[in-house]
Amino acid sequence: MFVKKLKPAPLANEGLRPEERELFCDAAPTSYKGATKIVEDFYNWARAQSLWILGFGTGCGAIELRPLMTSRFDMYRYGIQARPTPRQSSVFVIGGYASVKTLKRIVRSYEQMMGPKFVVALGSCTINGGMYWDSYNTIKRIDQYIPVDVYIAGCMPRPEALLAGFQELKRIIRAGGAEGQNEYAINFDWYKANQKKVIKNWDMPDYSW
Amino acid sequence: MEPTLLARVGYAFISLFVITNYGLLLIGSMARISAKVQGRVGQPVYQPYLDIVKSSAKRNSIGHGVMFYLGPVFRLAGGIGTFMFIPAVYDSVMFRNFSDAGDLLLVMYFIFFGQLGMALGAGEGGHPYSAIGVSRGLAQMTAFEVPFALSIVAIVIQYGTLDITAIVAAQQGGFLNWTVATNPLAVVAALIAFLGMSMHNPFSVVIAPQEIPIGPPTEYQSNLLGMLQTNRAIFNGAKLVLYMNLYFGGATNLAMMVVKTFLIYFINVFVGQSFPRLRTDQSIRFFLGVPTLIGIASVIIAAI
Repeated sequence: MFVKKLKPAPLANEGLRPEERELFCDAAPTSYKGATKIVEDFYNWARAQSLWILGFGTGCGAIELRPLMTSRFDMYRYGIQARPTPRQSSVFVIGGYASVKTLKRIVRSYEQMMGPKFVVALGSCTINGGMYWDSYNTIKRIDQYIPVDVYIAGCMPRPEALLAGFQELKRIIRAGGAEGQNEYAINFDWYKANQKKVIKNWDMPDYSW
Repeated sequence: MEPTLLARVGYAFISLFVITNYGLLLIGSMARISAKVQGRVGQPVYQPYLDIVKSSAKRNSIGHGVMFYLGPVFRLAGGIGTFMFIPAVYDSVMFRNFSDAGDLLLVMYFIFFGQLGMALGAGEGGHPYSAIGVSRGLAQMTAFEVPFALSIVAIVIQYGTLDITAIVAAQQGGFLNWTVATNPLAVVAALIAFLGMSMHNPFSVVIAPQEIPIGPPTEYQSNLLGMLQTNRAIFNGAKLVLYMNLYFGGATNLAMMVVKTFLIYFINVFVGQSFPRLRTDQSIRFFLGVPTLIGIASVIIAAI
């Protein structure tokens, strides 16, 4: 499936001050092999039924996430919950446009999540920049910076569209197609180069584990 | 015939298996009942199982040192230890666990042992929100322990023993022999303490579900979180069984155990859905106020 070409080479962490460098990991992420097919299918079934969203609002679209918790939309019945910490969550919802400043937080949060991790990008802005297509400080396509599993188009997509997007994500997970974590590890250099191209003041570790 | 030690260990495993599954289903069903109160459909009853499988099936995990790994182990040891020294079903060979080997004081120690171990582990995680959660948890625990301990003192005076099996035995023979009928003040104090112990609303600020500080387990993930989730079920079951034994006459069969513990747990949901959350300082003031006075009154009444 995936070719393991990246060895855990020391990352320089050059954005950090020398005394801070040893506090952070200096190895690149590696890709993970799944268990045997039948076990992995069972795991994927459980993963699809228990989606924990990282509760960060990274753009204006995050406001469409809140109604999902209410009685009207009730995301809990699909096994979807919000978790406040990236360590425990498995789905990262990019809530619309991402400014360069937000992208730093997105990258750090994404890297801190435990795999397998899934990304749902919400709104036109994450696909092609949307109405911010010519803005100097927003990025155009989120999947050049982190791997994305599902896009939900619209400006803004309604909560119903979000729920439909989550159903699609579940289908992909159950089919074993949501391997964003491995994709990120394999193409780590490419993603990092893209990130560093737009984030001029890179003052964070090269990989937040 | 007295079973051999090996058979008793085997029975203990069966008992633990039953209480784990019962605890998980209880958490699932109570979440669903809460959802109905809020006019929602709610998560499936089996959702806690899925969450544990999901957490345990994570492909990578992060550690912060030896104590970080030991935190969930201590927590789980606290949960299993609490349950192992309580008879789940009175007069049952299979479900009496090792209740003859330890008494009420040991069980009370085990209830708090897990939390202290977790505090050490979460502290090593280094996340400031863990420290906030731990300090809130320990502060609230110190407060609700006062009415709980007073209530225990009252029933120990009343029955003249620390042996849980003997306390259950003294309550057999009908509803009027239960502690809830013979010493209602002690039961009221203990049930209020139970609300704090279960960390449901209005005393849920410690774990603060779904907010930025999720409490002590902020930094826990993957299989460590799976362990904590499993422990939650065991610990809930153990506390419910303890309350049933001390205050509601115990159970003579598994079905009665299920009915009684379900109703005791339901108090949490009933109160939790009716009252908003208190801040930590408010809950400390609350526990050290009226519930403590009720506890003192129950001790005085039991003594005279």
